Amino acid sequence: MKRLLLATALTALSGAAFAQDVVRLGTEGAYPPFNFINDAGEVAGFEREVGDELCKRASLTCEWVTNEWDSIIPNLQSGNYDVIIAGMSITDERDEVIDFTQNYFPPAASAYVALAADADLKGIVAAQTSTIQAGYVAESGATLLEFATPDETIAAVRNGEAVAVFADKDFLAPIVAESNGELMFVGEPVQLGGGVGLGLRESDAELKEKLNAAIQSMKDDGSLNALIEKHFGPEAAKF
Amino acid sequence: MFDACADPKSIEGLTWAACYLTSGKHIDFYWSFVTVLLLLALTAPAALAMGFAGATAARSRFLPISILGKGYAAIVRGVPDIIFFLFFVIALDQGIEYLKSLAVCEDHAWPWQGLEFRVCPEAKVPLGKSSAFWHQAYGFGLAVFTFAIVFGAFAANVLYGAMNAVPRAQLETAEAYGMSHGQVFRRILVPQMWVYALPGLSNLWMILIKATPLLFLLGVKDIVYWARELGGSKTQAYEYPHPDWRLWYFLGLLVFYLIFTKVSEIVLARLSARLSHGQATAAGEAQRKAAA
Repeated sequence: MKRLLLATALTALSGAAFAQDVVRLGTEGAYPPFNFINDAGEVAGFEREVGDELCKRASLTCEWVTNEWDSIIPNLQSGNYDVIIAGMSITDERDEVIDFTQNYFPPAASAYVALAADADLKGIVAAQTSTIQAGYVAESGATLLEFATPDETIAAVRNGEAVAVFADKDFLAPIVAESNGELMFVGEPVQLGGGVGLGLRESDAELKEKLNAAIQSMKDDGSLNALIEKHFGPEAAKF
Repeated sequence: MFDACADPKSIEGLTWAACYLTSGKHIDFYWSFVTVLLLLALTAPAALAMGFAGATAARSRFLPISILGKGYAAIVRGVPDIIFFLFFVIALDQGIEYLKSLAVCEDHAWPWQGLEFRVCPEAKVPLGKSSAFWHQAYGFGLAVFTFAIVFGAFAANVLYGAMNAVPRAQLETAEAYGMSHGQVFRRILVPQMWVYALPGLSNLWMILIKATPLLFLLGVKDIVYWARELGGSKTQAYEYPHPDWRLWYFLGLLVFYLIFTKVSEIVLARLSARLSHGQATAAGEAQRKAAA
């Protein structure tokens, strides 16, 4: 019976339209201003605008999908979506398992945020799981406290679970600015990673070429810089 | 939703709260309650059916079937749920796509290449171009199936125990009346075993209710996902900025779960009373005395 139902379901699904191929963009949806779910329940932010523009320039039909950060690479490899667009920094470790396009966000600084200026950065430091920041904290000699979502890393500092949080400076900046002086940047910013790129399966060379060309055209006509300035403010690093 | 909500940052007080609580994201949150209830409504009977099949198989006098039934319960009960929900689902999904690729793809290359899984686009389930609804429905279907397998294994063990708890004398009497094995099973064993199975099954039901947040591992956005997402502190990038309100959202969920489990308890207690009626158990005896 189950098999019968399954077979019926498969036939129903395969009958559903044979239109143009769709490129599915996978994002986390919890990392403002890179990507977040806005109040209408849709993916929004810098990467939403960049992704839509890239798809337009590469003449692709794109659809947005959200996936938890933890399993974002396995689900790409399994084919549940075709592109990772989730503020993912280009690193050698990741490059071994997936492919990256050229960066669409320049190599940016990561920074510590704490409740007090004299916070001990060798103490307990919060970072999001499987990020370059988590790797950096682990090697810095501090005690790493990992969380599944970026928001929880901030909450951990606010409630005293961690002394500081280490994350992308561009993600932290609006949070610090709106905390009414409760949170502050501590220590020197650290340059990590090779910028943010789109993640693809290693076998998707054709799609990679198309997206690379689209990113290059956005860099060349300045529209990428305009979007960076719109979402990250005038001080953000640009191309 | 309302006209007044066009510019959320300029409104305050009750209007703000009304707009905030009816934002698109909140509507998604409210719908996720329906998703969870629907999952329970589908999973509970499916798990019970799996359990019944497992228990019946385990009792079979034909050795391979008996081993199959006992092995199913033993293996699934022994594997941590989280592994099931992380790996089994991906494997199941890939398995379905592999089978479909055999039927629809021209190129029959082995799909598992290194870390990647590749089948031709026509073999994707659902197809890449299908609407988001189908993707969600498929994820939901996988969830129901996985929950049914996991909870079915526990249910199988409960039902197996319950079948063995039915007094042997009852079955022997039936046999003495000339009933076949099938008749004894259907007419005597199954109707009487429920009263013994109910405590174990009600435990499973309660655990199932609380296990629904595992849905998010399967890509289905459930109430806990939305509570965490809505409650997290919001900067000015959002239309309704607010500090960390997760506590309030999770308190809301606490109330929901408490009400839901309380209602379940009431229903289960009634069911238990009904099943004990006329049974040769302590509860059945108490009912008989109370009536007399």
